[in-house]
Formats: sequence, structure tokens, C-alpha cells
Amino acid sequence: MAKITYIEHDGTEHTVDVKSGLSVMEGAIKNNIPGIDADCGGACACATCHVYVDEAWQSKTGEKSAMEESMLDFAENVEPNSRLSCQIKVADELEGLVVRMPESQH
Amino acid sequence: MSDLMAKVVILGAGHAGGSAAAFLRQYGHEGPIVLIGDEPIPPYQRPPLSKAWLKGEADADSLTLKPASWYAENNCDLRLGVTAVSIDRAARTVVLSTGDAVAYDFLIIATGARARKLPIPGADLDGVLELRTAADAERLKSALGPDKRLAIIGGGYIGLEAAASARALGSWALIIERESRILARVACEELSSFFQSYHQAHGVNFELGAEIKAFEGESGHVRQIRLADGRVVACDAALVGVGAVPNEEIAKGAGLNCVNGIVVDLQARTEDPLVFAIGDVTHRPLPLYDRQFRLESVPNALEQAKQVACAITGRPSPSPEVPWFWSDQYDLKLQIAGMPFDADTIIVRGDPAAAKFAIFHLKGDQLQAVEAVNAPPEFMMGKQLIASRKPVSRERLADTSISMKEVAA
Repeated sequence: MAKITYIEHDGTEHTVDVKSGLSVMEGAIKNNIPGIDADCGGACACATCHVYVDEAWQSKTGEKSAMEESMLDFAENVEPNSRLSCQIKVADELEGLVVRMPESQH
Repeated sequence: MSDLMAKVVILGAGHAGGSAAAFLRQYGHEGPIVLIGDEPIPPYQRPPLSKAWLKGEADADSLTLKPASWYAENNCDLRLGVTAVSIDRAARTVVLSTGDAVAYDFLIIATGARARKLPIPGADLDGVLELRTAADAERLKSALGPDKRLAIIGGGYIGLEAAASARALGSWALIIERESRILARVACEELSSFFQSYHQAHGVNFELGAEIKAFEGESGHVRQIRLADGRVVACDAALVGVGAVPNEEIAKGAGLNCVNGIVVDLQARTEDPLVFAIGDVTHRPLPLYDRQFRLESVPNALEQAKQVACAITGRPSPSPEVPWFWSDQYDLKLQIAGMPFDADTIIVRGDPAAAKFAIFHLKGDQLQAVEAVNAPPEFMMGKQLIASRKPVSRERLADTSISMKEVAA
């Protein structure tokens, strides 16, 4: 379990508990947090769960796979700290993780 | 009464219906929502049923759209195991299989599609399976494993995904297809032949151009399939994946216009301003292609769930999206954007032998669709080119030394 804060593009914050083993994307969807669409349900096929990971957390959220890298390369508003939240697995050590959302997922 | 206080009744608790309830709440809808589903479990994702879930890589909990507690917490009256029987549009009520009548201010029909049945002898034997629901998937999973023989009728995406999962679980697998190639209705020949070779390399058997005469069994369980040419194929289970038909009867019964699906506009509204329809059951506009069509996909269900939530809460309609689809088989990720309507040219970019390529479908110099295998740049840029309708050069599209960003520039 980890407490994760999702910040919408307009600044609205949502802090929720997410079970370990779920992805950061699933944590948002199951809590009905706006701004993460996740059209493909976590198959790394759509890039509609794009988030920015706060710098302090980048090493703890793991490496991007080649597929994720490639999908992100073509998403909009991509920054160096962009991730697909379906590819970040929640674990206890992510307690306090903060992710921000881009203006749009499409 | 403000529309935000309106009572919304949703028929069908699949991906479309469940998502519509969620988007309504996200968009500030305050009125009661009644979500009626004929399955015994809350809304869940169907795509993994033939892929990760079937292979045991995803548990049931990860499939649910929202935790079971979400519905009560969000004033969403989830009624499971219940079917809607009829709609009285004049009285604005829905009659349920329980005999109850539920009144609505707005009605959303999200009844989905059902697996097409094969009208042949033996189709009702145990072990003759379909794959739409979690219960179907449980039955299929229990029929798979080493030394088990699975015959799959229909070489579409469901059949291919099930074959890949069956092989991963050690089953023998055979795909029987009526047409002369797999994916005949949904993909071009190049893609068909690529997928067939890939599956053959993974031990899947094929009978193409083969008609099935009957399922034959012992003590009520299927044991073999009789083909039209007289041959028989032994199997422990048979999965029928020959397409889906929309569950539109309730809409037809209410006098709503149906043409292979309930006809809706870009707000997901039917001809009755108080009645909407979303997901697999709809015949919807595809503005990029200037026609109406019935799509079966999660992105379509989500797009229309947003359209209806926007319409009811008074938000501007979201801009139309490019239809897209995906499929996972073995280590292949297939991503398809667009529809190849009226395409006159096919361009292959990359190397199918390396399992990393894309097939572009052009109409003149306009991209209509792209089928990308392990090729995210081609899929992502292709999707953007389809949306922008920007002319593209065929020569540059075929030249992998020019990056997709440069091709689209």
C-alpha cells in the first residue's frame, strides 16, 4: 500500500491509498481521478495515462521499457520526467509519490 | 430541474456503461444513477480475458473498473444479475426482469454485443464455448493446459489471442476458418499471412477454407468437430469466435432506429433526446470517414461514454477520435489506428520477417489506417496523420531511413 498524490493539470490534488501490485494508472482509475484516460487498460498501447513524475521519485519508479519510451516519444507535451503511469508498479517504497497530469491525454 | 440533478438509468454494466457512470460523476453530475447489468459482477475490462487474464498474468481484482464499494459511495445504484426487458419512452420507464419499473430522466443503452452462435448440430454441447464474459473466460481457462486440445472456430482477433494464450498454457490449438485466410474481414492479406506464420511457428495448426458441419460429443460434452469434407478433428473444447451481434432488441422494441446497432449522433444521442446509446451496441458516426459504422472496442466505449456524460452535464462535446484497436499475441503488440475504408494503396514499412513493421492504407495521398506490429512510432504518427488528414508521400512512408516524425513533418 502507498499513499499517492495525483495532481490534475488545473492543480486539483487527489491523495489516495493504492494497493501494492497495482499500477499508478490503476490507482487513478479505481479512484475515479480525472485526467488519466488509460484507454487500453494498461497494455502500453495508447499513451493516454501520461504523467509527470516529481524528480525526487524518478529513481524509485524504475526504468522505462523500450516500448514505453517509444510510445512516449510520440505523445503530446512530453518532458524528461514523463512516464506512462500504467508502467509504474505501486510498492510500499512509493509511499508519498506525487504525479502530475498533462493538459490532455489525446 | 437542472440536468445535473437528473436521474440517469444505464442499461448494461460493461466497459461502456460503467465508464459512463464514472464520467458523469467526474463531470459533476449529482443526480441518482442506476446501473443495470445482467452479469453477477461489477463492470470490468474484457480485453484481458483472452490475453493476460487467460494466461494467469492478471487476477480478477485487476480487471474491475472500480472497486465494488465505489458504486454505493457515489450514489450509483448498481443492480447486478438483472436484465432490462422493455423501455416505455412515453412514460420514461424501463421494465426489468425482476418486474420492477425504473423511471428515468435520461436513459443510456449500453447493452453491448453478444457472440454470434453457429447454427449447427451440437452447438449446445458442454465444452462448446464463447468468449465475451468473465464467466466464459473461466470456462475456457479450465479447458486449457498441457495435453488439452482446443479447437477454435473463427480466425479473428479473439480466436488468435485465445490460440496464443492456449499455447502459452501448453495446449494443442487448431484454428478453423471458413475463409481462405485468417482475419479476412478485418485485416489485409499481408497482415493475415504474417499472423498465420507467426502462430504456426508457435505450434498453432490451421484449417483454412474449412466449413464445420457439427460438434459431436459423448455424454453431453464435445469430443470432436466434423468438417464439411467429412474429416473429424478431436478436441476437448471448442471456442467459437465468429463475430458479435449487437444487443439492440430492446431499442428496436422501443421504436428506436437500428441499423446493425442503435443509430446515434456524436453526442451518443438517439432520435429520442432523452435516450442515448454507447459502446458495441451503437451504429455511430465516423466523421473522419464520412459514414456511420458499428465499432467493437474499448476506446470506442470510452469515447462514447465521455460524449454522453458531456451531453448530460452540459459540457461541450469532446472532439471525435480516430478509432483504434490493439491486440497482444506472444511477444507481438499489434496496434491499429483508423479504418481502411476506400483505401487504394497498401504500403509496408519495415520488415515483417523481423516482426517489426507497419502496413499503411492510403486513399490517394491520405492515410486512412495503419496496422503496426511492434512499431509504436508508426502507430502513433499514423494516428496523428489520420486525424490531421495531411497528405503523405508514399515513397517516404516506405523508407525506414526516414523517421516517422520526418515523414509526418
